[in-house]
Amino acid sequence: MDQIFAILNATVSEAIAPATAGVAIAVIGLNLHFGFTGLLNIGQAGFMLLGAYGMAISVVQGVPMFFAVLIGLGLAILFATILGAPTLKLRGDYLAIVTISAAEIIRYVGRLAQFEKCEWSWCKKGTDFTGGSQGITSSTFTTPFKSISFFGDGAWTLSPFNYTSLGGSTAVRVLGLLVFLALVVGTVFFVRARRAAAARSWTDRLVVAVLVVLSVATLLFVFPQTMSRTQTDGWWVRAVAWTLVAVSTIVVLLLVRSPWGRLLRGIREDEEAMRSLGKNVFAVKMQALIIGGLFGALGGMVYVLASSVQADSLGRQITFFAYTALLIGGAASIFGPVLGTVIFYSARILIREAARTYVPNSILSDNQAQAFSFVVVGVILMLIVIFRPQGILGNKRELRFHV
Amino acid sequence: MSESATITSGGGLADPAARRSLMADVDRTPGSAKPDAILSVDTITRQFGGVTAVNVEHLEVQRGIITALIGPNGAGKTTFFNLITGFDKPTSAGKGARWSFNGKELGRTSASSVAKSGMVRTFQLTKSLNRMTVMDNMMLGAQGQSGERLTASMFRPLWRGQEGQVSEKALGLLERFKLLEKKDDYAGSLSGGQRKLLEMARALMTDPTMIMLDEPMAGVNPALTQSLLGHVQSLRDDGMTVLFVEHDMHVVRHISDWVVVMAEGRVVAEGPADTVMSDPAVVDAYLGAHHDTDLGDDALLEDDSLEREAAAEEHQREEEGQ
Repeated sequence: MDQIFAILNATVSEAIAPATAGVAIAVIGLNLHFGFTGLLNIGQAGFMLLGAYGMAISVVQGVPMFFAVLIGLGLAILFATILGAPTLKLRGDYLAIVTISAAEIIRYVGRLAQFEKCEWSWCKKGTDFTGGSQGITSSTFTTPFKSISFFGDGAWTLSPFNYTSLGGSTAVRVLGLLVFLALVVGTVFFVRARRAAAARSWTDRLVVAVLVVLSVATLLFVFPQTMSRTQTDGWWVRAVAWTLVAVSTIVVLLLVRSPWGRLLRGIREDEEAMRSLGKNVFAVKMQALIIGGLFGALGGMVYVLASSVQADSLGRQITFFAYTALLIGGAASIFGPVLGTVIFYSARILIREAARTYVPNSILSDNQAQAFSFVVVGVILMLIVIFRPQGILGNKRELRFHV
Repeated sequence: MSESATITSGGGLADPAARRSLMADVDRTPGSAKPDAILSVDTITRQFGGVTAVNVEHLEVQRGIITALIGPNGAGKTTFFNLITGFDKPTSAGKGARWSFNGKELGRTSASSVAKSGMVRTFQLTKSLNRMTVMDNMMLGAQGQSGERLTASMFRPLWRGQEGQVSEKALGLLERFKLLEKKDDYAGSLSGGQRKLLEMARALMTDPTMIMLDEPMAGVNPALTQSLLGHVQSLRDDGMTVLFVEHDMHVVRHISDWVVVMAEGRVVAEGPADTVMSDPAVVDAYLGAHHDTDLGDDALLEDDSLEREAAAEEHQREEEGQ
């Protein structure tokens, strides 16, 4: 039983990790590209890396945190403009080719030994620039971020009211876990039932929100997480990261429910028809590419805050993870990217830890268990695309008419 | 829709007699000048490799009437549509190609600007936005929506009022096109004919001064054709200019006030529907120059008769070339 709890605890810990939040924000941006506008951007990791470099290098060079973030976002705008200008007038495939190559170029440039240390007159000589293949360690650039924390020092446990408050017996934990499962099942059935109904009311939404909050609370009741309040990889980073996820979701919600969002979906369906209606397709696609890229850069910054800016950790595979998460959650849905990312990252840890615990080392070593978890996630992705192509939250009705 | 001899609101030419007298003095030759041309085209050619798809020297389209553009398959009608609506660039661009719409030069304009200037087209293969609702399809047609600007889009109060007006207009048009009960359905779930209606209604959302319909009746059942024809005529009666491509001669005869015939990329004839059909150039274009020659006639096998045919053909070409 303790083994199972340890595995699940690691899974919950991964689900709320800053890296998960960072990828979730990038997936929200990717959803704006791919889900709503139909832009095939296979270089979201490039946007993330650029944002992370922009912020980290600026901070190392002594730029205040706020402006450092703006520099990171500015780089993303520039990157999107450069990539979009020549390709957005052409067929979609060209954007795909250009984005994946540009993301790789950024990664390779970041790894260059020539850029490892700052050797020019305009920056502080001898400090880290990109840090080469070693990257920029978090201690060199996260101090200003930690200094704006108002969380205080020491460690803290979420949730403060947990199974240990009720005696800490296994029975309480199992009961809590059952309550969690019941809540999840309840949410699923409620959403399904209401989806069949014609109009969705505010009370329905409120009920779903309450159910989701209760599930998360129960989960943290069974698996309380203890971390430092402000130190690297502590609660401060998590609070900021998930707040940004919430803000990004709301921004995208407002954008896609507006007439501008209607333009995006129109462009996804048929550019020529949109031209014949007098819409400036190129400008709208460029706006979408830039905004999605900004979310990518923001996600990159969040991703590196708890670890380090290392070019290879934001390579191609992050882009493919992002697409997997998006397809699991459901493209062109509002909450799909967040749900998909959380499920993707926690499921991977669940599989890896389970394999490490229950499969003997002689059959599957720790490293192999890591690789095995990717294999399983890949298989899950295939099954989802075949049997539930709209993802978890996607709209099946919308998919039926995809021609 | 009956062609009653009354002039409806909107300053349209609803009276057939008025339209006839308006076009009575117009020359029935290709490229003739119209009393009040809304669209005027000069030297437009479009080549695909060695094939000249369109080669129009001069064409004017009269304001306020229905002009039909007919011609056999491959005559270049759709390419011509693409060229003047900005969806394609003429090969003769910069070499004398110019066309103006409503007094505005359109030579260097993008397709979206052409639509904004009031010339809206539909497509031969209907372009409904399948994964969007019928209502969303309609709402996209409206011009000058402040909510479509990125900066304003996030603040609902800035565009809520306009959105209400636009949706009211869309509902009105959907009612007129008998699509109202489908408004919340996905456009992809509509039948082919309903999609044609939706596309036409969506084009009308832009408040066009001229609407260009590329084969509006293709694949539409006869009952729906009747109502589509009625809609097209009512557009004219409201003062809109209509240019449409059609293969069905009954349709052309029934609703068009003027017919332009294209063949092999060129305008070969112009005139009212009843006279243009008997124009020898039109008959040739549709049936071939030798359509009344009996291929089983033994006399053809004699050399001099073939030569006579060839000489006659040559002579005719020269005449057309002038």
